[in-house]
Parts: sequence; structure tokens; C-alpha cells
Amino acid sequence: MNLAAGIEGSNVALNIGIFSLFVVITLFIVFRASRTSKTAVDYYAAGHSFSGAQNGIAISGDYLSAASFLGIAGAVAAYGYDGFLYSIGFLVAWLIALLLVAELLRNTGKYTMGDVLAFRMRQRPVRAAAATSTLVVSFFYLLAQMAGAGGLIALLLGITNKGGQAAVIAVVGAIMIVYVIIGGMRGTTWVQIIKATLLIIGAAVMTVWVLKEFGFNLSSLFGGAVEQGGDAVLNPGAQYGLTGTSKIDFVSLALALVLGTAGLPHILMRFYTVPTAKEARKSVVWAIWLIGIFYLFTLVLGYGAGALVDRAVITDPATPGGTNSAAPLLAFELGGTVLLGIIAAVAFATILAVVAGLTITASASFAHDIYANVIKKGAADDKAQEVKVARITALVIGAVAIAGGIVANGQNIAFLVALAFAVAASANLPTILYSLFWKRFNTAGALWSIYGGLTVCLVLIIFSPAVSGKPVNPETGKSLSMFQGVDFHWFPLDNPGLVSIPVAFILGWLGTILSKERNEAKYAEMEVRSLTGAGAEKAVKH
Amino acid sequence: MSSTEENPSSSPPDWAAVQQSAEFTQLRRRLRRFVFPMTVAFLLWYLLYVLLSDYAHGFMSTKVIGNINIGLIFGLLQFVSTFVITSLYVRHANRHLDPVSEKIRADIERTQEEDAK
Repeated sequence: MNLAAGIEGSNVALNIGIFSLFVVITLFIVFRASRTSKTAVDYYAAGHSFSGAQNGIAISGDYLSAASFLGIAGAVAAYGYDGFLYSIGFLVAWLIALLLVAELLRNTGKYTMGDVLAFRMRQRPVRAAAATSTLVVSFFYLLAQMAGAGGLIALLLGITNKGGQAAVIAVVGAIMIVYVIIGGMRGTTWVQIIKATLLIIGAAVMTVWVLKEFGFNLSSLFGGAVEQGGDAVLNPGAQYGLTGTSKIDFVSLALALVLGTAGLPHILMRFYTVPTAKEARKSVVWAIWLIGIFYLFTLVLGYGAGALVDRAVITDPATPGGTNSAAPLLAFELGGTVLLGIIAAVAFATILAVVAGLTITASASFAHDIYANVIKKGAADDKAQEVKVARITALVIGAVAIAGGIVANGQNIAFLVALAFAVAASANLPTILYSLFWKRFNTAGALWSIYGGLTVCLVLIIFSPAVSGKPVNPETGKSLSMFQGVDFHWFPLDNPGLVSIPVAFILGWLGTILSKERNEAKYAEMEVRSLTGAGAEKAVKH
Repeated sequence: MSSTEENPSSSPPDWAAVQQSAEFTQLRRRLRRFVFPMTVAFLLWYLLYVLLSDYAHGFMSTKVIGNINIGLIFGLLQFVSTFVITSLYVRHANRHLDPVSEKIRADIERTQEEDAK
């Protein structure tokens, strides 16, 4: 394996060429979209004018990050069944969004999660809390995406020195900032739609190709993987089942995955890009089908890589990108340099699009919740000023993402994605559900639940083995923790969800009943509006 | 956050009266009777799958046909159940929720317009 050349057989010029084509086409569309993006409702919610199907495709674009494409296919290739287990949590989670959240959120809010929470509570403290947790979740998720970009650059472009990787991260970040600032939510949504289409078609082509190699027989595909990896790849436990603690850790992770999705701010914000609750429902239905089918593809791709690619290369820690290399290596094995180039470009487009989605969400939350409603106390009549603040915030967040991506490059911070889900499940979901379904819920309950859930999550993760104190691997001389050579952990699990989610639900209940505040009249309005759509924000005609 | 800002001449609808109306109570009951039990059911079904994969390795590794074992079938059934629940909900919403909620919304909006005259 020649490290300097990235993946063997990779044609760097071709990879960059295909990716550049994607960038040029999407930039063209973003500039076109910017012509109709003048007002706040355009910037934040694309004028509520996308159809359910379009938004459903965009949601899957937002949700299917590089972690779920390269990461899950790689985990299946390396650990077999346990990688598959991961993808199931990511899918089942969507039922919460479908049954409990999407439509009611669309009917009661305007642009952000804070809108829904602030509906019947004291605006300023609740919006500040909602924006805080939105910014924290977006920041962790963003950092994890950007930190992974370095490995991907090494893998796909053959750039292994840190300076070169930093330059590529800066370029990717700059393109992303242009998407967000120029195109607003409408431009960003089109980027998601194009990226999701390419990703799903690319994965579909590879899936059919793999299945053809095995005579469209799933059992012989698994047989191929068993030849290299042994029977263990078909059985659960290869990754998580080693000790009693790692088993409990897996339950904790599974809980955060299934309850976190419907609390992810960049997903919640997508429900506002459609005109009605019925379209919001349609978008979740589209997303569920697309995401589900995509994860079935990754199952085949993972085992396909396990069968067709040299297992020693995938599991060798010296391979650029580590186990993430499984899907690109499989693409090369099947379709040579051209297919590898396409998959490489799609993987890049994926990072770009997901980061753009996070940035617009964070900027909207800051400008709409904190600037317009907390600082200006809702008196910001000048909507143009608010959008200007949102654009400046997007620029700042983009710069932070680039800097963070360069600093965190190569750091072992994959746990940040799981942490983002845990914070979303602990700080956001309880308050959303309580405020939609519980008449008695009030400001104190919301604040206790958001800040409490957030604090518990952060404290537990800081003192978890993910940050310090994992045993040193004698082969590499490194610990799997983020910090080497120190040990200040006392919480046994990597994933805080098992503790933090119940605690946040209990805090929300306790804070509520200890406070005298009641808001039954506002709840009557909220409940009627959430279920019927009366008085909901209408689509903007251009 | 007020919904009625675009129409200042009309008084806001009497939300509490709508909330207490028989129609709205029926809508709420139809929604909650579907989504709450369904949520509990799919969460338990998912939890069962997670716990079996976590603690019953032997059982999940039992081969059924060729290289396909119980764990894989269980996992694929999670996909099937997700797709089925999605379709059931859409059918329920189209048949039993949307007609009622559309009627209530139309009533509220009509009252608003009449007030404005």
C-alpha cells in the first residue's frame, strides 16, 4: 500500500475533476436560488415552498453524512453485524419524528426549534436555552464532520501532510460558506437534494454490482465475507460485546441514536421548508424510505467489501481513513478508477452538504432566537438586519468550522457524533415533547430540562473513557481516548445517554411542578394550532 | 408569534372553545390513540432487538438458511416494521385525521373572515 498515493489505483486528477463538476453545478444553482432569497423567510425556511418529496430527499441528504456512508459500510466490513446494528438505530429513530414531532412542529413554529418552545412560555430565557443547545449540538456535529475530512482527503486525494490537508479543509469550508450565505435555505436545500440523489444512485449502482458478483444470492455474499473474516462477521458482538461495560455502553448508544434524531436542530429546521404539516409528513415518509433503502445498500456494500477487498488493508490502521476506506476500495475493485472517482467526489459532496446544513441551522438559531428575540427583545422590525446578522453568523461559524477542522484533524473525536445525538436526545427531545403534549409544562421545566440535560451530558462525557483513561494499545502505543497519558475518568461508559436522557425527562417534570406558572390559554391555542394547522405560516409566492 | 397579525381587524379565535369542542376532542383522541401506543410498541420492539443482539449472541447467531442467521432476519424485520408503521400512520392520517383537522381549520378561518366584515 503506497500511502502517498492514497488508495492504490486512485486517479487524483479524476477525483478532483468530478468533485469540481459537482461544485460548479451546485454553485450555479445556489446563485440562481439567491435571486429569490431576499427576506428572512427565504433565508431561514426557503419561503416554506419546497414540496414534501423535495424536502424528503433533502432531509436524507442532511442525515446521510460521510459517517453513515463510509463509516457504516466500513464498520460492516470490519466488524460485520455490529456495523449493521448501528444503522438500524439511525433508521428506527425516524418514527419518532414522523409520529410525534414533524407535523406539530411545522404547525406551531416559524424557523427554529426555539419558536416552538417559546410559543407558550417566557420568550427570552427559553429562546436563549434553545439556541444554546442548538449551537452546542451543531458545533459538535460540525467538528466531527470536519475532523473526518482530513482522513478523507488523505484517502481520496493522496495528500498526507497536514499543511496540504489544512489547505483542502479551508477550500471546502469556503465553498460551504458561499452556499449558505448566498443561497440561504433555498440554495442549501438544492445542494442537499443533488448530493442525496448522487449518493443514493451511486450506492445503488454499487449494490447491484456487488450482488451480481454473487449471483444475486445474499447467502453467498455473506459466505464470501466469512471466507476472509470468519463466522464472527455474521454474528453480533464483534465490536460491542467484549465486556459487561461495553454491552451497557451499546444500550446507551442505541438509546441516544433512537431518541436523538428527532431532536437534531438541523433536521427540525428542515420541517419548516414545506408549506403545510401534510407536506412535512410526506417529507418524513420520503426520508424514511430513502434512508432505509440506503442503509440496506450499506449492508450489502459492507459485506461486499468484506468479501472482495483484502481484509488486511481495511483493518490496517495505517490505511488512510482507516475502516472508512472500505467503500472507496470496493468501488475501485468493482469499477476501477472511474467508479472510485465518482464515489470519492460523492463522499466529499456529502461532507460539504452536511456542514452547510449545520451552519445554516446554527446561524438561524443565533440570529432569530438570540439576536432578534433575546437581544432586540422581539422588537427587531427590521428583518433585513436580522438576515444580515444570520449571514455574518454563518461566516463566523464557517470560519470556526475550518479552524476546528484543521486543529482537530486526526484527533480521535469520532465520539462527538454520538455525543451530539446524546445532547439532542437529552436537551431537546424532552422539551419538544413536553411542550407539544403536556398542558402543565412551563418555562422552569423547559429550562431545567435543556440546561440540565446539556450539563449532565457534557459532565459525563468529560469524565468518560472516551476523553481519558482507556488502556494503551501495546501495538500502537496509544490509548483510544482523546487525551493520552492522563486518566481522570470516573463514569464507566463512553455514551452518556442511558443516564442523561432519563435525567432530562425527570428534570423537565420536576422543574414544571415546582413552578407555579400556568399557561392554559396559550396551551389551548398551541394545541389547536398544532393539530389543525390553523394560523400556521403560509408558503411565500414568488 | 401571534397568528393573527396579518389580520388585525378580526379578534383572535376563541382557542379554548375550539379546544373543548367535540370535534377537536375527537381529533386529539384519534391522534393520541394511534401515535402513543405505536411509539411504545416500536421502542419496545427496537429495545428487544438491541438487548438480544447485546446479550443473546448464541441465539442471534443461529443459522436459518445458508449463511443467513436469526440476527440478520431480526435486523431486517426492524426495517420492515419501520416501513409498515410509516405506511399505517399515513393511512390513518389520511383517513381519520386530515378530514377532521381540515374541517376545524376551515371553521376557524371562516369565523375569522366573518368577524373581519
